[in-house]
Amino acid sequence: MKPSDDEPTGASRSERVSALAQQHGALVTLVVAVIAASASFDTFLTGDNLENMAVSSAFLAVVALGMTFVIITGGIDLSVGSLFALGGVLAAWGSQYGTAVALLLPLAVCGLIGLVNGLLIARSRLAPFIVTLAAMLGARGILLSITDEGSKTYLVDKDSFFATLGQGKVFGIGAPVWITLVLFVAGAVVLRRSRFGQYVYAVGGNEDAAALMGAPVARTKVTVYTISGLCAGLAGALNAAWLVSGVTILGSGMELEAISAVVIGGTLLTGGFGFISGSLVGVLLLKVIQNVINQIGSLDSAYQQVVSGAFLALVVIAQTWLGRRRRVL
Amino acid sequence: MTDLALGAKAADRERILRFLQNYGVYLGVAVLLLLNIALTPHFLSAENFRTQAVQVAPVLIVALGMALAIGSEGVDLSVGSVMALSTSLLSLYLGYGTWIAVIVAVIGGAVIGIANGSLIAFIGVQPIVATLALMVAGRGLALVLLPQLKDVHDPTMASLGSGAVLGIPYLVLIAAALALLVAFVVRRTTFGRQLLAIGDSRPAARLAGLPVRRVLILVYVCSGALAAIAGVLATARLTASDPTSLGNLMELSAITAVVVGGTPLSGGRVRIGGTVAGAVLIQLLTATLIKHDLPPSWTQIAQAVVIILAVYAARERGKR
Repeated sequence: MKPSDDEPTGASRSERVSALAQQHGALVTLVVAVIAASASFDTFLTGDNLENMAVSSAFLAVVALGMTFVIITGGIDLSVGSLFALGGVLAAWGSQYGTAVALLLPLAVCGLIGLVNGLLIARSRLAPFIVTLAAMLGARGILLSITDEGSKTYLVDKDSFFATLGQGKVFGIGAPVWITLVLFVAGAVVLRRSRFGQYVYAVGGNEDAAALMGAPVARTKVTVYTISGLCAGLAGALNAAWLVSGVTILGSGMELEAISAVVIGGTLLTGGFGFISGSLVGVLLLKVIQNVINQIGSLDSAYQQVVSGAFLALVVIAQTWLGRRRRVL
Repeated sequence: MTDLALGAKAADRERILRFLQNYGVYLGVAVLLLLNIALTPHFLSAENFRTQAVQVAPVLIVALGMALAIGSEGVDLSVGSVMALSTSLLSLYLGYGTWIAVIVAVIGGAVIGIANGSLIAFIGVQPIVATLALMVAGRGLALVLLPQLKDVHDPTMASLGSGAVLGIPYLVLIAAALALLVAFVVRRTTFGRQLLAIGDSRPAARLAGLPVRRVLILVYVCSGALAAIAGVLATARLTASDPTSLGNLMELSAITAVVVGGTPLSGGRVRIGGTVAGAVLIQLLTATLIKHDLPPSWTQIAQAVVIILAVYAARERGKR
């Protein structure tokens, strides 16, 4: 279940190496990538570039945080990209009525869609990928219909407190980065120290066993999809504050980036095993790779897609292989 | 039917549910047709039917491959990107002759299918993740090969896209032929039976000595090749290669057509007739909303609702 409980005493050496690779492989890769990038490009380790990477990672990281909970229960949430865009547009529209509306409106709407996802999956036992695929389509449809088929852009007042949430700095570091760090610490505490966190691992590990143990399986599932919706909506709202506008075309393909980050971070897609901190490392690794590709310059966004797709495939292959090795040994 | 359901016992209700599950999609198509005939001006014309049929052809062809993947208890999310890749390859190789370009495009789709199938069959990656990776990489590859929209000036392609025999467009004939072929493969061939057995229970199929890996790879090769054919036909109809937007959200439409058509997501069963009707249903739904001046965004919302309803109906039956 939890990684610390997962190792039987007297585990063989290669078993331990596999487990270490699974847990910290992403961190090692990140360190190597950062060292290689700083050696190759003078522009990499500059304050501006790091700050830019950190802020742009923050939004994806918040989405990945919610996705981590979902994936540990053995589910998947494909609607986060649409909810991210919807949250941004709702926040930008709501910002004219004050910061509270700008934050609460996207949280309410995206949280509600997440809740519906969860209810359909947990209570009606529909397949997570099909439910969230439908939600992805539906949320994008709602987004388009409230923006005149995507033609209307809502702007955020640059001097409002809401814009400060996206653009302000504390100790020279962007506000979204701080908010993200706080959310990750909270998420990690909830997952590792609360009863709900135990249920999340139990449901992902073995649903029937979890039910026999008395874990509220359905309620746990409903909660994780609601959390995922809330995170996506909040990330969209923060992103709108950062861009001072609600951009309708954002978020397509984001579900893939979030899933990749979570998987790269060591969380198993089969559920029952994973860490919040790994997802943060996964997001940073993806952003460093994107940054390097941008610095090379001749490589455009098309190559970026090829590289990230190939990278996801590689990580999943490595994970499957390491997992199988551990089981066999 | 409502009278029946009200007075019926549980067994009758179950029979009605099963009927709706199996034939609901045909009922839906019939209702939409009747509604349109009654309410939409100029709906009942040969020209309109031809337009609708031509538009449904690529979706249907992709859905046929998707039905095979879903029947094997998998899914193929890379189909939209395969369409984009196929249109890029087509444009690049048109200089060597139309048919060579078409063959290269279809082989390109099959190769993506081999990659998908190998990840799933040999490494044991879940289909949704394996094909997600190829969905991103495939679209990227298509854009690397052909960075922007390019017009296709080729007489053979042009006649493929707009030509007709006895008033039936080539596109529709090809889609119908492929549907019959896939239905034959599923029902009458060893490969079809093995694929359904694997979809039913992979461990049982393995114990029974079926060549699980080979069949799985072949399933995704079929899906990739069919998506590539759809990409070629869509290019012929648009007389342009547009790797940026061709096939966007196609995986969704294809999955919808298959699921609405009564093929269970849990595998072990494939309904080709239902898939054809499912594709027609989505097309009619879109056409109806557009013809009545409702914004395109409503189509997406309507499609989302239809997906959930169809899967919900399937669930009722599975539970009993």
